[in-house]
Amino acid sequence: MALELINQMIQGALIGGLYVLFAIGLSLSLGVMRFVNIAHGDLIVLASFILMSFSAILGLSPFIVAALLMPVAFVAFYALQRLLLQRLVGTNLLGVILVTFGLAIVIQNGLLQTYGPDTRKLSGGALELKSISIGGGLSIGLYPLLVFATAVVVIFALDRFLYRTSIGSRIRAVADDPAAANLIGLPSAKIYGIAMGVVGLTVMSAACCMSVWTNFDPEIGPSRLLIAFEVVVLGGLGSLWGTLVGGVIIGVAQNLGAQLDAAWQILAQHLVFLVILFLRPQGLFPRGPRT
Amino acid sequence: MANDPDHSRGSRLLATRGLSVYYDQFQAVREVDFRIDAGEIVALIGANGAGKSSFLKAIVGQVDRIEGAIDYCGQSLTDMSTPAISAAGIALVPEGRRLFPSLTVDENLRIGMSIGRRGPITLDQVYRWFPTIASRRDRLARSLSGGEQQMVALGRALLTNPRLLLCDEISLGLAPVVVGQLYEFLPSLRSNGMGLLIVEQDVRRSLAMTDRFYCLLEGAVCFSGRSKETDRETIMLHYFGV
Amino acid sequence: MSNPSGLVPDFPSVSVAADKARRLRTLTLALRALLFVAIVLLAAGPWLFDLNQLTLLTEFFTLLVLALMWNLLAGYADIVTVGQHGFVGVGAYAFFGLVVLAGLDPFLSIILAAVITTILAGPALLFILRLRLAYLAVGTWVLADVLSLIAGKLPGFGGGSGVSLPILVARAFGASVSQRVVTLYILTFILAAAALAATWLLLRSRVGLGLTAMRDSEEGAKSAGVDVPRMRVICFLWTAPFLGLAGALVTLQKVRVAPSASFSITDWTIFIIFVVVIGGIGSFEGPIIGTALFLLLREYLADFGAWYLILLGAVSIAVILIEPRGLWGVWRRFFPIDIIPVSHRSPESSDRTNPTKALPLEPSRPQRAETGENV
Repeated sequence: MALELINQMIQGALIGGLYVLFAIGLSLSLGVMRFVNIAHGDLIVLASFILMSFSAILGLSPFIVAALLMPVAFVAFYALQRLLLQRLVGTNLLGVILVTFGLAIVIQNGLLQTYGPDTRKLSGGALELKSISIGGGLSIGLYPLLVFATAVVVIFALDRFLYRTSIGSRIRAVADDPAAANLIGLPSAKIYGIAMGVVGLTVMSAACCMSVWTNFDPEIGPSRLLIAFEVVVLGGLGSLWGTLVGGVIIGVAQNLGAQLDAAWQILAQHLVFLVILFLRPQGLFPRGPRT
Repeated sequence: MANDPDHSRGSRLLATRGLSVYYDQFQAVREVDFRIDAGEIVALIGANGAGKSSFLKAIVGQVDRIEGAIDYCGQSLTDMSTPAISAAGIALVPEGRRLFPSLTVDENLRIGMSIGRRGPITLDQVYRWFPTIASRRDRLARSLSGGEQQMVALGRALLTNPRLLLCDEISLGLAPVVVGQLYEFLPSLRSNGMGLLIVEQDVRRSLAMTDRFYCLLEGAVCFSGRSKETDRETIMLHYFGV
Repeated sequence: MSNPSGLVPDFPSVSVAADKARRLRTLTLALRALLFVAIVLLAAGPWLFDLNQLTLLTEFFTLLVLALMWNLLAGYADIVTVGQHGFVGVGAYAFFGLVVLAGLDPFLSIILAAVITTILAGPALLFILRLRLAYLAVGTWVLADVLSLIAGKLPGFGGGSGVSLPILVARAFGASVSQRVVTLYILTFILAAAALAATWLLLRSRVGLGLTAMRDSEEGAKSAGVDVPRMRVICFLWTAPFLGLAGALVTLQKVRVAPSASFSITDWTIFIIFVVVIGGIGSFEGPIIGTALFLLLREYLADFGAWYLILLGAVSIAVILIEPRGLWGVWRRFFPIDIIPVSHRSPESSDRTNPTKALPLEPSRPQRAETGENV
């Protein structure tokens, strides 16, 4: 019994890695552009469907297609920021919520029209079937482990990018104070665009990992957004590694809830989030790694 | 436009003609005529609400609605964006310093270098000018004292190698000793042909360190001239009497 | 226009402005009269309209109530919620539980449903007060999701697929179908009128004044003694009973409860947001126009399914970027009048100043305000 519990917790922690990938892009856009992109989850789903189509057309594994599409993702998100979202920078929250909300609805229904409501799943080949024994009679899937590792690598890379490169410090400067950044001659619009492009890269990674792991359909965008949001807020805004902790907590809570039934899977996720948010509204690790 | 260290003193850097600034219906600056030459230090004096900050912000393109002309080395600034104006060589040390709180001192300074204007001022030079912040370079900028933060803000602006430096109330909230140090340092900058526009409420200090001055009262120039030819009492008279 | 007596100097611009003001006043009065006539006609609805029209109008009133409530919070109190469908569902389920499971009088159950919704709004407030801005918006979404999931687990309510309203209960609102339609129409009409009146009164009261001050400058409002959190609490609690009542009436309209129907985010939140934004947020006329337009369009575009939503979404985006005050804002560019006056400013002054001031979509960190601090 206890062994089963531990097993479920490990499985939950691993799926937390996937949730971290959902969340990391949202953390960046929330932390840098200072707004919640309501369409974030739908963008992940959109990327998944695009992966699916290109994978079928090219006859390649989704992982390879995702790698090939990374530059496209960067450019697409850069354009999204420069052409649409940039108009909303500096305005108050309502406009941002409404525009990204509208975008979410357009994407969801566009996908419904194009692909229909059926659930899909992409094949990861033999990778999906392998598992590793970790002793005590427990084993974990290789694929979940790889996804978790990917999440850790992404966080590490993003941390380096933001805190060790000059473009990273420019992004943080513009995030802190766009007007002062302008005074120094920083082109804040371009920098926001680059930050959003990086978000696009994380979204493509998340889509790739998700589409092979579980089923997806045009309407799961909002639930992905809620997961991502809860992970970000739990971890503490501004903390990349906190997001990892948040993801693990949400994954474990979900998995334990799922032992009861499907509704409890989501209820457990929400309730854990609400309780922690109530006790510690700033999140577990607020302010980021450099205090 | 690269910074030209051989730029001769006396050539016109910036001139405004009939400059007015509006916030909705409210006119904050009224038809101000102003000029500053290379190597000059000019004071802008006035009480709160006189229009000093608005005037500076109009120069760097941070206000929505202006009328009149702003000429800078043959260019008109009125339609340029703030980053473009900054790239052209005008740097503003804004009121309240406006450092980037999540960046370290060193990162804040390096941001100044990112627009790539070439010139004599380097990061090492700034650390030599301000040794106290050199020892704190890896600390978060917001953890420094007010005076140190002001030095960082000044250093950041200087690292853009400007031809015209605008300082908006940089003495605000600083200890007199620190203010004295800053104002001793600033005149040395004009040896490179840099023009300095200093906005100050402290009339005595302003007159002491500048070549010329302008007094703003409710957005309009009420008095101007050479700093050495006037004193605090005359200026006060212009506010309340003449 | 010259002055015959020659005593008053001839200022042409003044008399032109006076003409314009007079024309606007006439227009305002005419439109107000029209509104009054419309209300009278609607009150006499059961005698004037057929059953199909009554059903459509019932839906109009329900959506109007929801739109007014969302607009009150998002357009006036700066509380952007994406979870009001939670309270609608609570009202729906509370009504069902009271009338079917507890066997209470149907009309009493409707009232009590509103009470229960308001009571539940209390704990919800604990989160509202702690969260700000984006966190608040998504937080309300999470709360609504939780309520929906719990509702799907309550025994006696049919679980995840819901259950129909027993015919006996339905009959309490009219023995025949047509009688039920009429009763439902009257109930929702009363609710809509009450919601309009109550919200209007709230905004004309001290609370409304405080909210206007808050939107102009939160710091200034606080220093003038406006209790900002209290304003928000009052507004939030103000909407709860109306949302609950709407939920109860929704149950009567759909003759069933189900998590997907009673807590439908599409019907009670997404559509509502679009309706208010396109119609004109931050005004009273906006939600009315938006709801009417929404239903009219739906009658024509009923077959288009997902395209309808795509269109709504795209139009909303365009509205926010082009004219944030929606259709009513466009109208106001040409005719700056208030049919339903809420503003505490005199009509003349709101013409003179920037017409987009006091708008919820104004820049929050405008360059002007940054520079205007210490002029």
